Amino acid sequence: MSFADIIFYFFSAVLVASALGVITARNPVHSALLLVLAFFASAGLWLLLEAEFLAITLVLVYVGAVMVLFLFVVMMLDINLARLREGFWKWFPFGLLLGLVMSIEMAMVLTGKQFGANELPAPAARAADYSNTKELGRLIYTEYVYAFELAAVILLVAIVAAIALTLRQRGESKSMDVAKQVAVKREDRIRLVSMASEKKE
Amino acid sequence: MNFMLPNFAPAYPEIFLLVMVCGVLMADLAWGDKKPGTAYLLAQLALFGCMLITFGTLQPDTIHTFSGMFVDDTLADILKMLVYITVSVVLVYSRTYISDRGILSGEFFSLALFATLGMMVMISASHFMTLYLGLELLSLSLYAMVALRRDSAGATEAAIKFFVLGALASGFLLYGMSMIYGATGSLDIGSVTKAIEGGVISRGVLVVGLVFIVAGISFKLSAAPFHMWAPDVYEGASSAVVLFVGSAPKLAAFGFVMRLLVEGLGAMSGDWQGMLIILAITSMVIGNIAAIAQSNIKRMLAYSTISHMGFMLLGLIGANENGYSAAMFYVVVYVLMTMGTFGIIMLLSRAGFEADKLDDYKGLNRRNPWYAFIMLLLMFSMAGIPPTVGIYAKLSVLQAVLNAGYTWLAVLAVLLSLIGVFYYLRIVKLMYFDEPETDAVIAPKGDVRVLLSANGLAILAFGIFPQSLIALCTYAIQHST
Repeated sequence: MSFADIIFYFFSAVLVASALGVITARNPVHSALLLVLAFFASAGLWLLLEAEFLAITLVLVYVGAVMVLFLFVVMMLDINLARLREGFWKWFPFGLLLGLVMSIEMAMVLTGKQFGANELPAPAARAADYSNTKELGRLIYTEYVYAFELAAVILLVAIVAAIALTLRQRGESKSMDVAKQVAVKREDRIRLVSMASEKKE
Repeated sequence: MNFMLPNFAPAYPEIFLLVMVCGVLMADLAWGDKKPGTAYLLAQLALFGCMLITFGTLQPDTIHTFSGMFVDDTLADILKMLVYITVSVVLVYSRTYISDRGILSGEFFSLALFATLGMMVMISASHFMTLYLGLELLSLSLYAMVALRRDSAGATEAAIKFFVLGALASGFLLYGMSMIYGATGSLDIGSVTKAIEGGVISRGVLVVGLVFIVAGISFKLSAAPFHMWAPDVYEGASSAVVLFVGSAPKLAAFGFVMRLLVEGLGAMSGDWQGMLIILAITSMVIGNIAAIAQSNIKRMLAYSTISHMGFMLLGLIGANENGYSAAMFYVVVYVLMTMGTFGIIMLLSRAGFEADKLDDYKGLNRRNPWYAFIMLLLMFSMAGIPPTVGIYAKLSVLQAVLNAGYTWLAVLAVLLSLIGVFYYLRIVKLMYFDEPETDAVIAPKGDVRVLLSANGLAILAFGIFPQSLIALCTYAIQHST
């Protein structure tokens, strides 16, 4: 077993364990932190695949920005754990059965002879001065520019959808409109009614 | 490192639509409160402009551009034209309905146009990545449209179910695509085909990838056993959104299947034929039998959709041009029928009242004989009763099945369709032989009246003269594969 193999198994074990932890941890903050660990371990795996730029982006963007934001949200929100767990044990056997069947099937397929290292050999290693950052930059803005633009449109849809679904015009809010207050005239507020006087009975 | 600027001309409709969507967003911001109709008019204008551009750039050749990620061929042009027309008609039908429910906002129209853009991308994709991105653009817009009626618990529940299951299906699809990528070393449909036909790659990996891709596709088509979202979404979402979800995206899904299974993985048709047969049979069984038990017409139509999609898949199993054009004909007819049916449902609804119970259709003939007649035509067509176009759609698919040598499958499909006739005819019986429960006046706007009548009569006209539509589908398939 080479050094790279040992690192691979180490990161994979950490990844699987932390991913399991994400869905089994009782405390949502622990879940989020374990997810950070899972991202970190997968970044390590990507480094092994010579995808340095992607690995560093994963750490910077997901671990550094997205997950920190996520942690804030989890801490701010008052999540009712009892309600989240409602019905968990009722469905647990069913879920376990489905999960088991799926993992056995996947294991049977993936350990078959078609997926062995002989059938799918690793690509040849690049030279030391090969920059995959430069390659990515070149490809994204030339060959893949159409897909890149489409991804941008999808983000635009996400923004529009998020605003449409959350922004509420609150009709009942008691905010003051100063311009209206200044412009008000006596006639708007007081109405003088002349009434005929009535006789005493 | 020399880079040629791609040929933008084939993608002019997409570019124009994207610019117009941004225009709709801005216009709604500026005038949305004062003139609520602005977004609607701009959206119709955008679709009309796309129609003109696509029509103006019609050409018989197949052009690839954007480094082979985009393809413009006859199939793409015809499907896109059908999508524009469908979306445009859907917006006309929906306008009164959504303004009664206070969602006549720019968001509805901009999301609808974004979804249309997604469909166009899917239809002219020639790369796994653009196929997937177009699908996501479409699905994300649809999830948001379903959730747009925020104060309704049903719509929110439907949106969450749709979103979670849709994300799962996208995951399946991506997993399958990554398997194919691993085996062939390419994401470009042309290169994938060449690599598979080259025959050196191990079939096992490809088949595993194919299984996941077919599962993802059948979710998007709402074919059983991946149909569980459809009834809930149809019931929970507002009728206008259901009409949108149920109509034009099916055309795009057909384009998606053609690009992915036929053009990309056509060399593996032997493998996916069996899968499609299973999907078709389960869809027809579940759709037709479960629809009988429904008392909500939208839920019933959801199950009817499932069975129709199963029937459509039958056309593909022959894996030949005849079958593909039969399936395309079936999809076009299905979209025509769905538009009309939901047009009637929205016509009968008014502010605070959804005509979604079967009992709401009692005695429609007394209330308004003309719309009852159109509904009769639509139901006859869905059931496949002559002289409506539904019979020809079913007939051409069955012919393709027989030509492929699956006589038992054709017999089974006919038997299951016979079960389906029951619940379509039940609506006809309610409309013509029962007493009306309400006498609310049905008074649609002028444009809805004209279009809905045209829609109903088109069912009849194509039923008597189906050749032109069949010829169009055959032409599209023959000039593209």
